[in-house]
Amino acid sequence: MILTVWQRDVTFASGTLAGVTDGKMPLIAKVATSVSKTAAALSRAAGRGDGSVIGGWIGLKIDPDLLAHLASGRAVALVSGTNGKTTTTRLTAAAVGVLGRVATNSFGANMPTGHTSALAREGHTPFAVLEVDEHYLAQVIDATRPKVVALLNLSRDQLDRAKEVAMMAQLWKTTLAGHPEIKVVANADDPMVVWAASASPQTTWFSAGQRWLDDSFVCPESGHPIERAQGEWWCTGCPLRRPRPQWVVEDEGVIDPRGDWHLVKLQLPGKVNIGNAATALAVAGEFGVRPIEALPRLARVASIAGRYAQVDKDGRNIRLLLAKNPASWLEAFDMADQAPTLLSINARDPDGLDTSWLYDVDFSPLRDRPVLITGDRAYDLAVRLQVNQVPFRHVQSFDEALAAVPPGRLEVIANYTAFQDIRAELDRVN
Amino acid sequence: MSTEALRIVWIYPDLLSTYGDRGNLLILARRAADRGIPVETYEIRSDQRMPNGADIYLIGGGEDGPQALAAQRLLADGGLHQAVARGASVLSICAGYQLLGHSFYAKGAKCAGLGLLDISSDRGETRAVGELRGDIDPRLGLPPLTGFENHGGRTHVGQHAAPLARVTGGIGNDGQTEGAWAGKILGTYSHGPALARNPAIADLLLRWSTGADRLAPLDDSWTEQLRNERLTAASPARPV
Repeated sequence: MILTVWQRDVTFASGTLAGVTDGKMPLIAKVATSVSKTAAALSRAAGRGDGSVIGGWIGLKIDPDLLAHLASGRAVALVSGTNGKTTTTRLTAAAVGVLGRVATNSFGANMPTGHTSALAREGHTPFAVLEVDEHYLAQVIDATRPKVVALLNLSRDQLDRAKEVAMMAQLWKTTLAGHPEIKVVANADDPMVVWAASASPQTTWFSAGQRWLDDSFVCPESGHPIERAQGEWWCTGCPLRRPRPQWVVEDEGVIDPRGDWHLVKLQLPGKVNIGNAATALAVAGEFGVRPIEALPRLARVASIAGRYAQVDKDGRNIRLLLAKNPASWLEAFDMADQAPTLLSINARDPDGLDTSWLYDVDFSPLRDRPVLITGDRAYDLAVRLQVNQVPFRHVQSFDEALAAVPPGRLEVIANYTAFQDIRAELDRVN
Repeated sequence: MSTEALRIVWIYPDLLSTYGDRGNLLILARRAADRGIPVETYEIRSDQRMPNGADIYLIGGGEDGPQALAAQRLLADGGLHQAVARGASVLSICAGYQLLGHSFYAKGAKCAGLGLLDISSDRGETRAVGELRGDIDPRLGLPPLTGFENHGGRTHVGQHAAPLARVTGGIGNDGQTEGAWAGKILGTYSHGPALARNPAIADLLLRWSTGADRLAPLDDSWTEQLRNERLTAASPARPV
């Protein structure tokens, strides 16, 4: 599995090619870039994937500083957090695109290999907007020297291998304290994010709401309980409290720092995506893009690496929603129509091996619609739904699910590899 | 609190609820309700007094900081000690299990536990992550334990408690034994919603609390399929 190899092997040796760059990429970086692009093309041609990882992996093997070389000379924004990274990155790239060409890792390959592939693929662009896995933020900041870093949220996600939430926030805080030159765009509604971002002297706050509260009842600074009322939050034992946001989601739109309200029309469903759009506008604002310029571009984004994609097959209109952790399941229920719904759960390496998060999700919103379940860990889901008193039917395959529902909308909500499996059945829909 | 209903307390969900720990409360309440046993559930946050008159107490897993804080608050509060003295049942999971013992380690420091279970915990060299399986102490008369473990602790069971199970897959306390029990207190490293895969433990807690010798059977066919799948998935035990 490439996935495990790249996490272990790819390190960023620094200084090995120091002094060779002076404005142009050193020869080894050029060779690495070329080989990287070829490998990515081969991977796509062979139908092995979208080439968003393998190319970068090979490139970094040849030149460990390749990401730094490729990022040099571009104005870079990084987007990190537990949820909404891929969508926000796509929307931010669209918004920054007002100013010129943007390189971006829009397939969700969010570790250094994916960044390297994305930058190599796009050639020289004045801008880059990169989604970054939260564990790699420090590394990628060192390599790409970003102008802006957007911090979305922190909540529980695959604790069998990921860092716990408070440790993650501490890591961010330490990283940002060492980079006062970076402009930070951060979520005022998430106490963990605010605490981490407060290490930066240049922070722009946005408010997009926080649906998932269970990981921020305790102040990361003082250990005292955090209270919430009327959209505000504050620590009962220290000065940490919700900062006043400059960008605020209100109704179906966003208020900008000047106090102007803009209607946000998206093809992407749900309130949560209005929040992602607000974040994208805030990041693009740091580059000088005005909302009125960016909004028409946001409205053209229809799906992201299969997420929210709609496919017509056998008279069914299938819509794909990705849900990876408790917070994103709540968001998926918010987006989904009251229509027959297929839930698919796996617990392979990229998903995390542990399914106990199923009990952090309240499935009762699904009681009013026919529910089908499938996936490697369908039995875990069956027991969970039984406790939740949600009737369901177990199906062995995606085709069986299609045959089991009447013509019309079928909502599909799946976690990471289950989503990719279904996407493969639908010819890798983007 | 009324006197007729079965009262279940979930201890400090604001501190100890790392992964699906709510599941144990939901499962106990459902299995009681399905038998017509009225249930009242209470979620007691760490800034509230711990009631001492409930029937079943649940305490879950968490990170080091919250674990140490929970132990301090429970020691200062005393409500859980009084409840145990009155004969209440306790199900403790992972960090909650460790803090019922004499001592445990959090953030590199040795912390005083509640001393309700004769166990003590320290740090292992590696983190135990994966499927856990064990044969439960025959005196409890339960089918094999299945769970998912994710912890860095190693636990030693003293003379006044017994291991909950003999490990047949995964690590548990030390690769040999898993969890502990004494009286009506149960502890396990099977983290999160341990009762989802082990409804017989849920029913044991319900029998202890109601005094019933046996409970009406429920349709556990999905749970049985899940148990069979997970018991097969666990790899053999290895000593550590």
